[in-house]
Amino acid sequence: MLRFTKSKVIAILAAVILGILLAVPSMMTREQRVAFQNSIPSWVPSWLVPTSAITLGLDLQGGSHVLLEVDVPDLLRTQTTQLRDDVRRILRENRISLQGGIQMVQRGVQIRVPQQADRDTLLPRLRELAQPVGNAILGPTGNNDIEITTTPEGLITLAYTEAGVTERVRRAIQQAIEVLRRRVDAMGTTEPNIQQQGADRILVQVPGLQDPQQLKELLGRTAKLEFRLLGQTGAADTDMLPMREEGGRRVPVERTVIAEGADLIDAQPAFDSRTNEPIVNFRFNIRGAQRFGDATARNIGRPLAIVLDNEVVSAPTIQSAITGGSGQISGNFTVEQVNNLAVLLRAGALPAKLTIIEERTVGPGLGQDSIEAGTLAVSIGSALVAAFMIAAYGFLGIVAVVAVAVNVALILGVMSALGATLTLPGIAGILLTVGMAVDSNVLIYERIREEARLGRSAVSSLDQGFGRALGTILDANFTTLLAAGILFFLGTGPVRGFAVTLSIGVITTVFTAYTVTRLMIAGWYNYTRPKAIQI
Amino acid sequence: MLIRYFPTNTKFEFMRYRRMSFPFSALLSVLTVVLFFTVGMNFGIDFKGGTLIEMRALGPTADAGAIRDRANALGFGSVEVQAFGDGREVSVRVELQPGGERGQQEVVARMREAFEDAYEFRRIEVVGPRVSSELVQSGTLGVILALVAILAYLWFRFEWQYAIGAVVATLHDIVLTIGFFAITQIQFDMTSIAALLTIMGYSLNDTVVVYDRIRETLRKYKKRPIGELLDQAINDTLTRTIMTGLSTGFAIIALAIFGGEVLRSFSYTMLFGLVVGTYSSVFIAAPILVYLGLKQGAETAAPADATAAAAE
Repeated sequence: MLRFTKSKVIAILAAVILGILLAVPSMMTREQRVAFQNSIPSWVPSWLVPTSAITLGLDLQGGSHVLLEVDVPDLLRTQTTQLRDDVRRILRENRISLQGGIQMVQRGVQIRVPQQADRDTLLPRLRELAQPVGNAILGPTGNNDIEITTTPEGLITLAYTEAGVTERVRRAIQQAIEVLRRRVDAMGTTEPNIQQQGADRILVQVPGLQDPQQLKELLGRTAKLEFRLLGQTGAADTDMLPMREEGGRRVPVERTVIAEGADLIDAQPAFDSRTNEPIVNFRFNIRGAQRFGDATARNIGRPLAIVLDNEVVSAPTIQSAITGGSGQISGNFTVEQVNNLAVLLRAGALPAKLTIIEERTVGPGLGQDSIEAGTLAVSIGSALVAAFMIAAYGFLGIVAVVAVAVNVALILGVMSALGATLTLPGIAGILLTVGMAVDSNVLIYERIREEARLGRSAVSSLDQGFGRALGTILDANFTTLLAAGILFFLGTGPVRGFAVTLSIGVITTVFTAYTVTRLMIAGWYNYTRPKAIQI
Repeated sequence: MLIRYFPTNTKFEFMRYRRMSFPFSALLSVLTVVLFFTVGMNFGIDFKGGTLIEMRALGPTADAGAIRDRANALGFGSVEVQAFGDGREVSVRVELQPGGERGQQEVVARMREAFEDAYEFRRIEVVGPRVSSELVQSGTLGVILALVAILAYLWFRFEWQYAIGAVVATLHDIVLTIGFFAITQIQFDMTSIAALLTIMGYSLNDTVVVYDRIRETLRKYKKRPIGELLDQAINDTLTRTIMTGLSTGFAIIALAIFGGEVLRSFSYTMLFGLVVGTYSSVFIAAPILVYLGLKQGAETAAPADATAAAAE
């Protein structure tokens, strides 16, 4: 137990020094870290010098955590509307008119085509709408996203399959993440984290935010912009949509979309030169400009509805053909509203409505307070434990304190290396590890004491003491690791951070007990050569 | 060195104390169950859903009464206002609003409108109905999974009797900690689950150390009565139990005093758990083995004794 080969000693020391080096940047303030980084000569390869500090959780650095969920029914509604439009287009192209029109059914649409000849021309075209659904790992699964069924009476139903819905949700999530990233980036924050969670959720984490309200406004809006003509009340193919002004009075709006948000290439907040009212200036791409120009030329004198998220923002009358490919949106906005609207239009519309189902925001002041309180608690707690150990065990107490100090450095080092996040409960986890790491030393010392009392020689009591205690240490710590592991898989955010620190702490505790403590005691024994152990 | 003043070779008869400790623990457990169903726990928004806002007055003091009146006037149903810290800080808890996930969003906006002028918003947490019910599920699942994992591990490393004993002791700790939450009305949230699992980890750590020694003692003495052997094993590890308990206690006390408001209830829970966990290892987990019919000296061809091998 007390003999170490030279290579082993070197390996242990190397591991400890590496751990401490990795931990050093985390101990520095941001300014010191930058200065340190700049002071490294350029010929030193960057991987050789650790400069990255532990990532602080949102509860410590302040920031917002927002969990969004795709509104699947809303997504399906959009998708079936799309399907209806596709079917209508195919009908028109083949000059087939229906009795009863296109009926919306569960997850799809239904049409009645009594003529066999019509059905024969229609069906192949309709089948083209269905796409095979596959996945990246298995390739095509042989399922289609849309199932087409017919009855002998001529009833044709097109409906999304289960696989089709899953596929749409998956694609919507991918698309939404892109859109959200553009929106959050437009806020100019540093290191936002946007990732998928589960099948239909997106987690957005933005550190160091001053105003979470703006973030939520940017995240929660679908921002679907459409230019449509105002129609006649009661006319076919119109939707009754509420006005943003005038107490939400509903007006008929034609279903045909002249141009939409996807046709924009730019949108900027500005002020109207005459009224000084905040507005958004936008520019169309070529396709959009063409369509918008044609439509306005054909409909001079009619009101054009600017529809945002199914709400009529304003409905100015078309004075002349707008062929320049640019325009403006006004509607009694505040400056802040036009700023947000411009960001939303530039970033594009979300493929479906997203609902905020969880929000956790910590202000930067509270985060700083938490760091200070946590650091203070760890310092005082460690000092107390150290004083207690030295008072109780004398020299061996010092060995224990060194072992625990190495342990804490290793925890920080491993966390920096793994890119793990330190949260406030995580700091509690470190302090708890300090308390419990002492346990392994206590176990070893008590065992040595016992063996010495049985009248064994110094070397034999040390040997036996270590040998027996290490088995216990392993068993005892493994159970804590089990609990921490489960906490990791089930917890989120700060709690997960706690589980990470606790798990790493347990592992480094066992490591230091096996190596650092043993090495120090072996060194002490070889130096003093006591006949008997007296503790 | 203080350790020299610790009595060695103590001869406490822990097996006799079980006639007191078992009924005592049983009584407390029953009391907890009664409390749980009558008084109940103070569930936080993690599990109940709703909105939690922490504000700090921009001026010298926060007027909790005025905040309560104004918040109540907003018409969000039950609103709990609590001052904490240095008198400038207030936490406001608004119950889950009707209207599903979207219903919650209005609370924060209206609260901001009402208080933004005089208060800094330091923390905002909104948990919708779906997330809260998921957290209840994963919290419960976590505790159950941990128990099962422990049962399996101890069965594998020791014998089934030890596994049963440890699980009974751990359940005892969980139940009493829940009682602690019911009595103190400390808010029970996800952090509390973390505390609960840590308590389980610590208590088990303690129990395993004692069990390790029991197993060793049983192998060494094949003829002596089991009660005596259990007593000896507990006495042999007593110094360690106390030393570790004290040092962990120091760390937690520092956390409770200096760790700030957020960690305070976590620290109190941990401190309670430390006491209960230590108690249960000595007075529940070990004595209960008497009833479970441990085989003495049966483990001669036991799983390779790592400690003996490592000693060479």
